[in-house]
Parts: sequence; C-alpha cells; structure tokens
Amino acid sequence: MKKVLGIAAVLFAIAIVATVWSRDESGSSRFLLPENLANVLQRIGMFGLLSIAAAFVIVTGGIDLSIGAVVCVTGCVLPWLMKDQGVSPWLALPLVLLLAAAIGLWHGLLIVGVGLQPFVVTLCGLLLYRGMMRYYTAGQTKTFGAAEELRWLATGRLPLTADFGLPVPLLVLAVIAVLTSIVWTRTVWGRHLFALGRNEEAARFAGVATGRLTVLAYVACSLLAGLGGCLFALDVNSVQASNFGNFYELYAIAGAVLGGVALRGGEGLVLGVVLGASLMQLLQNTINLTAENNELEFAVVGAVILAGAAVDEALRRWWRRGR
Amino acid sequence: MTGPAMPGLALPGLATAAPLLEVRGVGKAFPGVQALADVHFVLQRGEVVALIGENGAGKSTLMKILAGVHPPDAGQLLLDGELVELHTPKDALARGIALIHQELSLCDNLTVAGALFLGAELRRGPLLREREMAGAARQSLLRLGLAVDPARLVATLSPGQKQLLEIARALRANAKILIMDEPTSSLAHAESERLFDVVADLRAQGKGIVYISHRLGEVTRVADRVVALRDGRNSGEIEGRAATHQRMVAMMVGRTLSQPARPSHVPGRVVLRVQGLRTAAFPDRTVDLELREREIVGVAGLLGAGRSELLRALFGVDRRLGGEIEVGGERLGEGGPAAAASKGLVLAPEDRKLQGLVLSMSVMHNLSLPTLHRRGRFVDRPYERALSERSISELGISTSGGEQIASTLSGGNQQKVVLGKWLAAEPKVLLLDEPTRGVDVGARAEIYARLHALAAQGLAILFVSSELEEVLTLADRVFVLHRGGIAGELGREQLSEQAVMLLATGAGAA
Repeated sequence: MKKVLGIAAVLFAIAIVATVWSRDESGSSRFLLPENLANVLQRIGMFGLLSIAAAFVIVTGGIDLSIGAVVCVTGCVLPWLMKDQGVSPWLALPLVLLLAAAIGLWHGLLIVGVGLQPFVVTLCGLLLYRGMMRYYTAGQTKTFGAAEELRWLATGRLPLTADFGLPVPLLVLAVIAVLTSIVWTRTVWGRHLFALGRNEEAARFAGVATGRLTVLAYVACSLLAGLGGCLFALDVNSVQASNFGNFYELYAIAGAVLGGVALRGGEGLVLGVVLGASLMQLLQNTINLTAENNELEFAVVGAVILAGAAVDEALRRWWRRGR
Repeated sequence: MTGPAMPGLALPGLATAAPLLEVRGVGKAFPGVQALADVHFVLQRGEVVALIGENGAGKSTLMKILAGVHPPDAGQLLLDGELVELHTPKDALARGIALIHQELSLCDNLTVAGALFLGAELRRGPLLREREMAGAARQSLLRLGLAVDPARLVATLSPGQKQLLEIARALRANAKILIMDEPTSSLAHAESERLFDVVADLRAQGKGIVYISHRLGEVTRVADRVVALRDGRNSGEIEGRAATHQRMVAMMVGRTLSQPARPSHVPGRVVLRVQGLRTAAFPDRTVDLELREREIVGVAGLLGAGRSELLRALFGVDRRLGGEIEVGGERLGEGGPAAAASKGLVLAPEDRKLQGLVLSMSVMHNLSLPTLHRRGRFVDRPYERALSERSISELGISTSGGEQIASTLSGGNQQKVVLGKWLAAEPKVLLLDEPTRGVDVGARAEIYARLHALAAQGLAILFVSSELEEVLTLADRVFVLHRGGIAGELGREQLSEQAVMLLATGAGAA
C-alpha cells in the first residue's frame, strides 16, 4: 500500500509538470485541454488492461512476452471476421476473445505440462503469432469499415460536461480492475495464486492445485491482452500486422512492475498496476506535448523508470537501516 | 566452573600462552532486542567447546560476531591474547576463524576441487592450474578420510561429504578456530559418527572448535566444556564429562523440563492401510504397513533409505508407481496432496522453509492455506481469524499475532504453524518428516506433548526422524527401512539403538 501511495504521488507530480510545461503563449495549458485529457484517459484504459494481463502471470512468478503479439492477432482477426466474413459484431467479439484465451491455454500447457520456461514459450509465441498474422494478411491493412456500434467500445465518450466526455475504455478498465481486485484479494483462488507465486513448492505441499492455477493465470493474461487488442484495433480502425501492438508487452510489463508487482512473484495490488500503467501514459503524453521532437520518447521513458527504480531501492534500504 | 582466566587444557610448552580465543563482556543490540549482554567465552587450543541455548538465546549472534558478520556494540575479542576487531567474514578468516555453515553453502554446480579452491584458485596468469588443484584437493580430503574424485560435482555428494568438504575449505584457509553450527542436522547416523572422528582429529591437531547443537546427546560426546546462553547472557558452564542431559537443559531453560511419559493407550481401528506401495525412488521394492488410531509409529533408517520418499508417496506429492492406500476404510486414488488431505491424510514435510510454509506470508494465511477452499469460493475472513487465534493458543505459538510474517518466527514456532495448518484439516493420519529439526529443547518438549495429546484423541501418527533419541522417546513401534523396503519392525520393548541400527544397515535382514 505504501508503494501505491508512492506511485500516486509521482503520478501527481508528473501531471503538474505536464500542466506547467505545456502552457502556450496565452498561458493556458495544452495538457488540461478536454480533448487531451480524454485522449490520455482512453489510452490509460487500453494499456491498463494489458498491464493487468501482464500482472496475472508476473504474480505467479512467470512472464508473458507475447502480449503485443496477441494484441496483433485479435486486432487482425476481429476485422477479418467482421468485414471479410460478415460475422455479426456481437458474435465476432466473443469468438476473438475465445481465440485469445486458447492462446493462453496453449502457453499454460506448454509451461506446466511440458515444463518449458515461460520466457521461452512466450518469446517464441511473440515471433510465431506476429509472423503468422503478417503472412495471412499479406501486408494488407485491416479495417472495420462501418462498425460504429462496436467501435463505440473504443472511441465512445460518456459526456460529463459540455466539452469533456469519459472515454469508454477507461470504464472497461474500471470494471476489469474491480473484478480482478476481488479475485486477487477476496477469493480462495486469488489467495492460492499469490501463495503459489511466493513459494510454489509449499503451495503444492498444502494441497493447492498449482499446475491448474498457473494455466488459468496464462489464460487470464491472454484473454485480457486479447480484449485490449480488440479495443486498440477498434480505436485506430486500420491494422497493419507488421507493427500493430509492437512493444506493447514491454509497456504492459513496465506498467505492472512500476505499479509494485514484484517480478519474483506473489506480490502486487491491482490499484498499483492501474497507477503504474497510468504513469507510463502520462509520461508519454507529457513528452509529446512538451518536447521539440518526440524522437526522445523512449529514452525519456527508460530514464524515468530507471530513476524511479533506483530511488525506490534507495528508500527501501534507508528505511530498513532506520529500523 | 572454569573461570575465564584459568586455562583449561593448554598444550605442554604453551602453559603461559593466552587462550586461543577470548570473548570479554561482549554485547550486541538489534533494534528492539538486546541479543547479547556481557557475554564471556574462552576457547583453548585443542579444545571443543559446545555452545548451547534455546533458539533466540544469542548463539547465532555470538557466532556471527566471531565470524566477522556483525561488529559487537560492547566488549572485546582477543585472539592469542591480542585485541582484534573483525569487520568482515574475510577479516575473520584471515585471522583463522572459519564458520562451517548450517545451510551447506557450497555451490552445487562446481566440482569438488573447484569448490574447495573457490576464491583462492591456483593460477598461472589468467589460467587455472586444474591438475594441481585436483591433486591438492584429493590430498586435503583424504586427510579428513574422504576419498572422492575431485572432478565430481558437489551436487552429487551426500550431506555428510559436503560437510567434510566445508571443513576442508576452512583448513585450507589455515583456520585455527572452527565454528560448527548444527553440523549434524542433515547427516545420517553413520555420517555423524564420521564427523565426530574428524572433530576429535582436529582437536588433537590443536585446533579450537566451537560446536553448536540442539542435540544434547552429541554435545556430551564431543565437548570438553559446555557453555550455555540464555536470553543473551551466560547462563552456566560445565565440564563435558559432567554434562548430563538434565543439567544442560537446566542451564538452557533455567528450570528442569521433565518429559512426561506417554499416557497408556489402546490402539483403535486401522486408519491407514498400505499394500504394495512402490515409489519412484525404489521401483523394485514394495511397502506394506498398517497404522491404527491412537498409535505413534516411527520410521527409522539411514539417510537415503527411502524414508522421506515413503511419506511423500503416501501424501501424493510424488507419483506412486503402484499399490493401494486406504485411509479410514476409503481407497485413496490419484489426485495428489489435495485428494489425500480431503481423505484425512496430511504431511508436515521435511523442509519447513521450502515446503512447509510460504515464508513471506503471514501466520494466519499459512494456517488457513490448506483448508480455506473448504469454506467456499470467497475468502472466509472470520474463519481465518478464528483458526489463527485458536491455533496460536492451543499450540502455544509465540507470535505477536496472526499478522506476523512466518519467516520471522523461530524454528519451533514455524513447526507449530505447520502442525496447526494441518490440524485444521481434521486429519485421521498425520505424517511427520523430521518433526523437530532445528527446534530447540523447550519447543521440542511442547511438540512432543502435543503429539501425545493428539494421539490420545485418536489421531494416528507416522513420523520419520534421523534422531534415534527422538524415535525412542516418541514411538510405540518402529518400522526400519533399508533400501526402500521395510527391513523389520520393532515393538516398544524391543526398541534400542542397537536393534534399529542392525536393521537399518541391512545386517538384520532375514
């Protein structure tokens, strides 16, 4: 919880920096423009889903490097089903999510059943799925055409004031975050998941079905990544298999880890993950608004995360010595 | 008692020399606790001094001060009468003080020679002189009576061989003082005997040895002098010859502990029936056994005889190759530990820290882990709290409360948590693997009393122990394993160290 407060404080500080640095000649802040805020919140909604996805497997002590590739798969298959095959949107969406869950099941079975390393399985998955999508789309751009009702999920706004509307993806994230938080902290399933992440052997000796639980975590991860992929695709409405979702697994993992999910497993809060993902988006938005050119974006994000991790470690040591 | 100024067993010609090691009035505080206060300790050349005390008495802290891990807050350390300050373990080693670790710390992936020379490799420029190191390693190990190929991987050594390797490492560094912390805790009987011989040898060579152990039987065998600590202070000192079990316990706990005799009881119905069980470790052996209500049955045998493997296969952590198991008249199928626990068969495993507990979780969450799913899909917090309060009071777990993190408990209290979590599952059969390893005498007596009480209520207990003393005090009857099979069974009146060893070594196999 202390960590969550820390991230919230950093988030607030960056928001202030963004507000101040993005003022134009007239003194009004471009960061606070309703359209910019809604845009940032929409992105937080979508990337937040990916970070929760990543957190599900990091909590078990694993990793999923294929999140971006799964985003690409659902992003290509959903428009293909709807536009090229004429499947109704309300059938296409569940089908695509089922496909994503099946990918997770496949990962889980390879890791638990065959005994492969999560890193290896999902790294190969990354290459495999993206490669297949590039082959099947033959370099073509996938679009939805007119699918306005489904696109509302990604681009819709719930008007709050005359010029500001709450983006729908943020609400999707809120629902998923609350559900995940209940699962993690209030259910036996969640308790077992965290016990497994901290000490798999002891959990097994306590009668926890560790294998099944690990598989379920990978299913949950890919399912959420797939949902995120649908939203991203519906948002841009033009999907290129070669770059759609590129590096998203790294944004997802960085958001989760920034939010206090320990890479060694068994530690993390959903609220922290959401704040971590928000921090990533806020940082990017700030750079876009203030920098002369945003070629430096990656470098700044990397430097800020590194500095954050160093300060966190220094504070922890200082606190431990002070006791 | 021997005063600090009176050298006990100085070698001839060195009568006037100062003791090898003298600790004068050392104190050490950690936040919230005074770990050591005004502790005195003297070690002569060629002397074995046993350091005893309950967990938390300050033995480890004193040991770490001697090994240069912690600096003392107060007091002085003298080596050969010369005042020294030890800042790091490297400092201590350079002055001839070596710590033989409790957790065998050699890197498993190295060869024997590589491990022996780790950090002090023989080199020619940047290249290793492998052949010379192998030769020297063979020599130094032979001196300890250990004939192993220096090219073997450390991982393939037995715990006893690893221990000797650690001692060889210390001797290579010219250690004059060896600190051994629970050296026999993972050794089988025969390996312990070998270690005692080595200790006697080192003593004859004039080394000073600080010997820390919970096993008082050993202490009387190896020690010239026994020094006790209690609550971070000296609480008594006694000559090794005069050290009886009772006197040592009295020094440690400040009162006499009596081990109440097992109340008389009549075994009830058969609750565990095993027929033709085959384990992966010994696929060509089968095990048959029966266990009745109210019985406490021991499983004895040498290390590697398949004792833990038997318990693990019964509980279903390891796959069974064949055989039938009935618990309370019901057949136990596949389905691993969860299935066994639901039928009433549970295991408190050998390695508490790795298998028994999720160390970084709270006491409460550890206690509820195996039974929480029986209370529905959602976490039943009132159940958890009630279970935690009940277990803490019934088992006498000393903790600040259910919220305390399990890793901060002492060994004895951790073991009580392991017991508590399985008692919550209301078992019919309790399997225990090394129930008191690393547990101090006080907590040990409490655990024995608790097991007696549970058996009296009808629980059947099957336990494995490497300590014959424990087997002899606890068990109504004993199965002795030899190479994965039951070599024989001994009733209470036939139980003796000789009888068990005869069967365990295969000599009694008919």
